[in-house]
Amino acid sequence: MRRVTHIAVAATAAATLALTAAGCGDSSSTSGSGGSEGGKDGGKGAALAFDIGGRGDQSFNDAAYAGLERAKKELGDKGKYFEPTEGESDADKVQRLSELARAGHNPVIGVGFVYSKAISEVSKKYPKTTFGIVDDAEAKGKNVANMLFHEEQASYLAGVAAATTSKSKTVGFVGGVETTLIKKFEAGYVQGVKDTDPKVKVVKKYLTQPPDFSGFAKPDLGKEAAGGQLDQKADVIYHAAGGAGTGVIEAAAGAGKWAIGVDSDQYQQKTLAKYKDKILTSATKNVSGAVFNLIKSVKDGKPQSGEIRYDLKQGGVALTDTNPAYTKMTDVVKAVDKAKAAIDSGKITVKDKP
Amino acid sequence: MKRFDKERLLLGFAGPALALLVAILLSAVVLLASGKNPIEPFRLMIDYAQNVDIQVLIINQWGTYYLAALAVAIGFRMNLFNIGVDGQYRFAAMVSALVGAKIALPGPLHIFVIVITAMFVGAFWAGIAGILKTTRGVSEVVSTIMLNSIATGLIAWLTLPAQFGVQPEGSNNLTTGMIPESGWFPGLKVNDLAGDIYGFVFVAAGLGIVYWFVLNRTRFGFDLRATGASESAAAASGVDAKRMVLTSMLISGAVAGLAGMPVLLGETHTYSQSFPVGVGFTGITIALLGRNNPVGIALAALLIAFLDKASTALDYEGYPKEIATIMQGLIVISVVVSYETVRRYGLRRQQSRVGEELAAAAKNNREEVSV
Repeated sequence: MRRVTHIAVAATAAATLALTAAGCGDSSSTSGSGGSEGGKDGGKGAALAFDIGGRGDQSFNDAAYAGLERAKKELGDKGKYFEPTEGESDADKVQRLSELARAGHNPVIGVGFVYSKAISEVSKKYPKTTFGIVDDAEAKGKNVANMLFHEEQASYLAGVAAATTSKSKTVGFVGGVETTLIKKFEAGYVQGVKDTDPKVKVVKKYLTQPPDFSGFAKPDLGKEAAGGQLDQKADVIYHAAGGAGTGVIEAAAGAGKWAIGVDSDQYQQKTLAKYKDKILTSATKNVSGAVFNLIKSVKDGKPQSGEIRYDLKQGGVALTDTNPAYTKMTDVVKAVDKAKAAIDSGKITVKDKP
Repeated sequence: MKRFDKERLLLGFAGPALALLVAILLSAVVLLASGKNPIEPFRLMIDYAQNVDIQVLIINQWGTYYLAALAVAIGFRMNLFNIGVDGQYRFAAMVSALVGAKIALPGPLHIFVIVITAMFVGAFWAGIAGILKTTRGVSEVVSTIMLNSIATGLIAWLTLPAQFGVQPEGSNNLTTGMIPESGWFPGLKVNDLAGDIYGFVFVAAGLGIVYWFVLNRTRFGFDLRATGASESAAAASGVDAKRMVLTSMLISGAVAGLAGMPVLLGETHTYSQSFPVGVGFTGITIALLGRNNPVGIALAALLIAFLDKASTALDYEGYPKEIATIMQGLIVISVVVSYETVRRYGLRRQQSRVGEELAAAAKNNREEVSV
């Protein structure tokens, strides 16, 4: 008896859903023809398309957003940003970017390499729109600007700073998600440490594996990993873990050891004010500047295109010196300056793969 | 259901209708509480879904969701909670993409090999949980969750350039290499703007019919449902319960493996770090919503795909698109509550009616006796 009810309920459930769906279709087609078409009111300005876990990662997505905000303030841009839904494919990204270009947004910027395929496809369909992509050189086109960063160079300097600061001769590296991009940070850092003092040991840990990107978002994972490295006697820990890095900084500072920040100057971040004395320095990556530059170039009528490389020499990546405790350690500063000069002059080439 | 029962049908309608209504109302309340227009978002989404390109996206997503939900439903029918559909789906997609990229065969055969590989890998991954359950009594809930994590690690390792991974020039992505064109499943071209409907979507629909047939018209399907309803009763009537557990786990895994095929064969032609994730979990929602019925699942998958794709419109108009996510959650909760409420109400009505009939019969008897 019970089973019959089950099936009856299920079947009728299905039927009702069908009916309601059909009902929706009816009413909308009549109202749709007269009503406004979604997204076509031509809200000009830049458009940022994020990846999953985009805005609010306290890392490079937020930096891109900051670039947009700055453009809004200084250039009066009416830009918007868009986030994806979980489980979507390239087709959704193509549709989203097409929609943005069609609505008149310019430039349209994909934040992160996942937009590569979509940008190369859509940029051909909308040759008058400038497209930007961060961290990818695969998507090519006359109207595509590839914003690339030499993270490994700043990470090299972080390695030099860590190796010269360390007393225990052990330093740590915490990567958020084990992606090719984060491995660039690791490669530069390890090379910097080893070039400074081959005897210094580097302990490494990645928080998660793709496609699990929570390693950029969960501070507890960072805290745990840093705790493990502190137990292994690491006394300077560099993180490239986005939002999860706050846990690394918390753990290191809590133990009275040094942390090295990433992406933006974390010494000046309000949320980390409690630990800032122990944030030795930060390896910055000026995504916000890159996004701003692209928007500005479009506004000025001279849109950027092709590969735009942000390196140590022109300041696209850098190592900060805002912490007075850092500038007081003159030997460390001297070693870092020397390494920077060597990279700038091309005497040292930093590897981008471990 | 031989006897047509109007009241039962009406009650059946009441469940999902009530659920949907409650979900929409609650979503409106959420919108009101956050100081937004409570009706506009729904109108925007419905308007947006009028565009052909959005409809194509919805249909393509439907194919993936339908297969994932069928995989979950096969387990549910057997009282097995296969939470590992997501891991089975990802692992199968990755391995089959790799195999597809390494071989070169004439068209249909190439696709056939990829699809069979995917089914085999999905079945293998789910089979581990099945064997653990039948031989060691390990709960499939626990083992499949763990297998999800193991799959993540294994895929990450296998797709490293040191193993089988391919890193395209200038890209930060890792792929399994491109499948040659002979391994692409032809799609149905709608127009230049909207792109193709993946051919595999039609395979998914066909599989729904197979699911219905196997479950309701074969000895195996009967055994499966019987074991799901009561293991001991099924065993008493000669069904080998352990064998059923393993078999249904294998089938569930094979179907989960197919869930990656619409996107792999119709769109990306490679497995990379941007391959869709979380599909298996959405499949659980859809199977619950569709009550394991092939038609119910089809409609539930359509609803969820609609919410996913149409919610993009909210972003353009300045509404938080998370409204769609909240609504998906609310639908699931209200479905569970309303199905149960309607069931209890129906049961009570039935009881009271039977009671009345009995009382009337008893009264008649008494009257007959007294006369």
